[in-house]
Amino acid sequence: MNDNIWVLMTGDSVALATTLILAALGALFTERSGVLNLGVEGVLLTSAISSFIAADSSGSVWIGLIVGSLAGALLAGIHAVLAVVLRANQIVSGLALVIFGTGLANYLGKPYEGKTISVKLTDLTFGPLTDIPLLGPILFEQDIITYLAVLAAVVSSLYLFRTRPGLEVRATGDDPATVDAQGLMVSTIRIRYTLFGGLVMGLGGSWLMLAESAAWHQAATTNGVGWIALALVVFASWRPIRLVIGAVSFGFTLQLPYTLQAENITFIPQAFLQMVPYVATLISLIALSRPGSTNALGAPKSLGIPFVRDER
Amino acid sequence: MTSSAHEGAQGPHHASGAAPVALEAIGIVKRFPGVLANDDVNFDIQTGEVHTLLGENGAGKSTLASMLCGLYQPDAGRILRNGVPIELPSPRAGLQHGIAMVHQHFRLVDRFTVAENVVLGSRDLSFKLNRRELNDAVAAVADTYGLPVDPTATVGDLSVGQRQRVEIVKALYQGAEILLLDEPTAVLVPAEVEKLFENVHAMTQTGKSVVFISHKLGEVARISDRVTVLRNGCVTGHVASKGQADAKELARLMVGRDIDLAAQRASHPIGHEVLQIRDVNLTMNGVNVLSNISFNVHEGEMVGIAGVAGNGQRELADVIAGLLSPTSGTISIGGAMSTDRGPIAARELGLAYVPEDRLGVGLVPSMSILDNLLLTRDRNIVVDRASVMPEATRLIDEFEIKANGPEHMARKLSGGNAQKVLLARELSGGRTATKLLVVCSPTRGLDVGAIETVRRLLDDARSAGQAILLISEDLDEIMSLADRVLVIYRGAIVHETPGETASLEKVGAAMAGLTQGSA
Ligand SMILES: Nc1ncnc2c1ncn2[C@@H]1O[C@H](COP(=O)(O)OP(=O)(O)O)[C@@H](O)[C@H]1O
Ligand SMILES: [Mg+2]
Repeated sequence: MNDNIWVLMTGDSVALATTLILAALGALFTERSGVLNLGVEGVLLTSAISSFIAADSSGSVWIGLIVGSLAGALLAGIHAVLAVVLRANQIVSGLALVIFGTGLANYLGKPYEGKTISVKLTDLTFGPLTDIPLLGPILFEQDIITYLAVLAAVVSSLYLFRTRPGLEVRATGDDPATVDAQGLMVSTIRIRYTLFGGLVMGLGGSWLMLAESAAWHQAATTNGVGWIALALVVFASWRPIRLVIGAVSFGFTLQLPYTLQAENITFIPQAFLQMVPYVATLISLIALSRPGSTNALGAPKSLGIPFVRDER
Repeated sequence: MTSSAHEGAQGPHHASGAAPVALEAIGIVKRFPGVLANDDVNFDIQTGEVHTLLGENGAGKSTLASMLCGLYQPDAGRILRNGVPIELPSPRAGLQHGIAMVHQHFRLVDRFTVAENVVLGSRDLSFKLNRRELNDAVAAVADTYGLPVDPTATVGDLSVGQRQRVEIVKALYQGAEILLLDEPTAVLVPAEVEKLFENVHAMTQTGKSVVFISHKLGEVARISDRVTVLRNGCVTGHVASKGQADAKELARLMVGRDIDLAAQRASHPIGHEVLQIRDVNLTMNGVNVLSNISFNVHEGEMVGIAGVAGNGQRELADVIAGLLSPTSGTISIGGAMSTDRGPIAARELGLAYVPEDRLGVGLVPSMSILDNLLLTRDRNIVVDRASVMPEATRLIDEFEIKANGPEHMARKLSGGNAQKVLLARELSGGRTATKLLVVCSPTRGLDVGAIETVRRLLDDARSAGQAILLISEDLDEIMSLADRVLVIYRGAIVHETPGETASLEKVGAAMAGLTQGSA
C-alpha cells in the first residue's frame, strides 16, 4: 500500500518538520518578546540526550519527553539570566549556549554513545483512514507529537494575535519602553517567554530523539536543525502558521537527497541537495544579523536589544 | 495673546481657595549621578485646572512629572492624592490613582493599531480580544473629548499630531483624572497646537486636571491657570495667571536674569552665491525624501529652513555635506561642483557642517576635545597633538566650554558644551577657510545663556561673510535669525519669504502642508 516512495517521502517531511516546528516555535516566542536566543542547537542537543537518558532509565517515552522539555527550559533559563537580568550581549550569550549545550550533551551522552533506545514514540493509527491513497500515510500515520506541533502552531497564532497576553508579548518585542510605561514588567515577560521558548524547543529535541533517531550520535543527532529553526523564524516573518508551511518545505528539502538516492536519481549531485537547507539558513541568518533589514522582514523591533529603563 | 480659549472654562479658580487639591507633591528631591534634578520641589494641582511647569531644558520638569506618574522614585518627599499620602512604585500604580503621563517621546507601538495601543496594558482587558468592541470603546472615549482618531489605523502611519492624540486618548481610556503632558507642543505645528489647546480645554471642563509642561513662554501664558517655574531643579516662582501671565516676568524666573533674544539680520549687503542647489531629488527605499529642491545661499546671508521634524531636513543637510548622494540634481559650493564627491571634497570646498546628532555624527564621543578638533585639521599619518594644543586651549576659553581642558572626553560634556565644541571646531575653520556653514538645530537642548552665545556666534560668522544655512525645527529661532526663510514639507520647499517680514501664520501653515507655492 505505502510503497510509493514519493508518498513516504512527503510523510517523512512532515515528520522531520515536527522538530523544526517545535524548535522554531520556541525561538519564535522567545524572539517575539524581544530576546534573541541563538542557542537553539545547544538546547536541542541537551534536551535530546536528557530525554534519552530519562526514557531509557524509566522505560517511559512520556517521562523522556517531560524531562527533555524541562532540560530545554533550564538551558534557556541560563540565557534568560544572562540576556534579560544581566543584560549581556544576546548574540554572545546565545552562541555560548550552543557551545555549552553541545558540550554538556556530549558529556552526558558519553555512556550512551551509539546505544539504541529501548522505548520509542510510535505512530498513531487511525485504522482505515491510513489506507486512503496518498493522503492517508501523509496525514494519518504520524505520532501524537507531530499532530500536537501543528496544533500548537495554530493555537500560538491565535494566542499572539487574538489575546491580551499575545498583544503584550508582541508589544514587548517591539517597544519595551512603552510596555514599561504601561506598568507591565518587561523583564518578567521576557524571562517567561524565554523559558517557555526553551521548553518548546526542548520538546522538539526530545521528539527528535525519541521518535526519529534510533541512537545517540552526539552532535549528529540534531545535525544543525537548531540553526535551520532560527532561519525558519525569519522565513516565517515571526508568524506561527507560515512557520508550519516553512517547516514542511525545509523538511522536504532535508529529506530529498536521501529519497532521490534511494530512487537512483542522480543527475543532481547529492551534496548539492544536502547543502540547500543550510545555504538557505545561512542567508537568512545573515539577514537576521543586519539591523536594517530585519525590520522589513517583520522582526520584532527590539529583538536582541536589552531593555534598560531610562533612569540610570 | 487672547483668553478666548478660556471662555467656557468652569474649572474652579485657584484664587477662590475652595478648589480641591487633586495631587500634591511636597519636598521632592531627585538626584541623578552628578545632578540634583529636583531640589525640594513643592507642586500641587487642583481639580479642573491647567497647571504649567515652566523651565529651561534640564530644569527638571520631566523628572518631576516622571515621579508624579510613578516612573521614577523620588529620593525624598511625599506625594498626596486628594490629601492622602500615596506610594507610586510604578506607572501602573500611577494609573490606579488616575495619574497618566504623555511622554515627550511617545510611548506607542508603531506596528499596532490605534485601538491596540490604547488598550495595551489596560487591566480590565479580557483574555480574548474582541476587536470590534475595543474599536468602539476607543472611538467613544475619543469622541467624548473631541479627539478624532481612527481606532483601526496603524500608528506608524500617523502624523506626530495624531500620535499625540492617541497618547491622550490612551490616558483617558485608562481612566486618567490627572494628565501630565510633557512638552506636548514641541512636536506640533501652530495649527495643531490650537487643536491641542481645545482638547485640553475640553478635558478640564469635565473635571480633569492637566499638568502642562513647556519652555515656550507665549503658549504658557495662554493656556495656564497657574504656572510653576523651575530652574536648576528648584522652584523659582509660582504665578497665578489665569490666561494672562506676564511673559517677561516668566522669562526672568525661568532664566534668572533678563534676556534678550531679539531678532538679528544681516548687517552687510549679501555677496556672491556660495551654495547652489539645483533640482535635487533623493529617493531612499522607494520613498521620495527630497523632491526638486533648488535654492542658493549667498555670502553674508543666512537662509533658514523651517519644517516639522522628519520632512527631509536631515537628508538635505547630509546631501549638501556630501554624506548622501542625491538621486538627481547638482550641488555646488563656491562655484565648484560637489555632487557625488563625498564629504572630504565638500569640506575642501569650504564647507563646515554642524549636524543635528552632536555625539553621533558631529563628535566622536570616546575621544577628547583635542582629538575631535584634530578630525578636521591636517591629515598627516602621524597625529601631531602638540601643534593643535594651543588652539584647543584658546577655543575652550573663547567659547566658554566647561571642561577640564583639551583632554576632556566628548562623551562627558553636557549637551550645551558638546554643541559649543562642535561649533568651535566648525566655525574656526579646518584646512580650508569656511565659506559655507550648514547648521542643524544648533540650540536644541541648550539653556538660554548658551542659546544667546550660539546665536551671537552664528551672527558673527554671517557678518564675516560666510554663507549660512540654518536648518531648525525651532521656528522662533529661524524667524529671528534668518534673512530668508524656506519651509520644507515632505521633502519639498513649499514656501519662501524674507525673514524680516515673515508671517508666523503663513510659515506655520506651510509647515503643516496647508499651502502650495511661495508667497
Ligand atoms: N535618567 C537620567 N539619568 C541621569 N540624569 C538625568 C536623567 N534624566 C534627567 N537627568 C538630568 O536631570 C536634569 C533634569 O532633566 P529633565 O527633568 O529631563 O529636564 P527637563 O525636562 O526640564 O528638560 C538634567 O540635568 C538631566 O541631564
Ligand atoms: Mg523634559
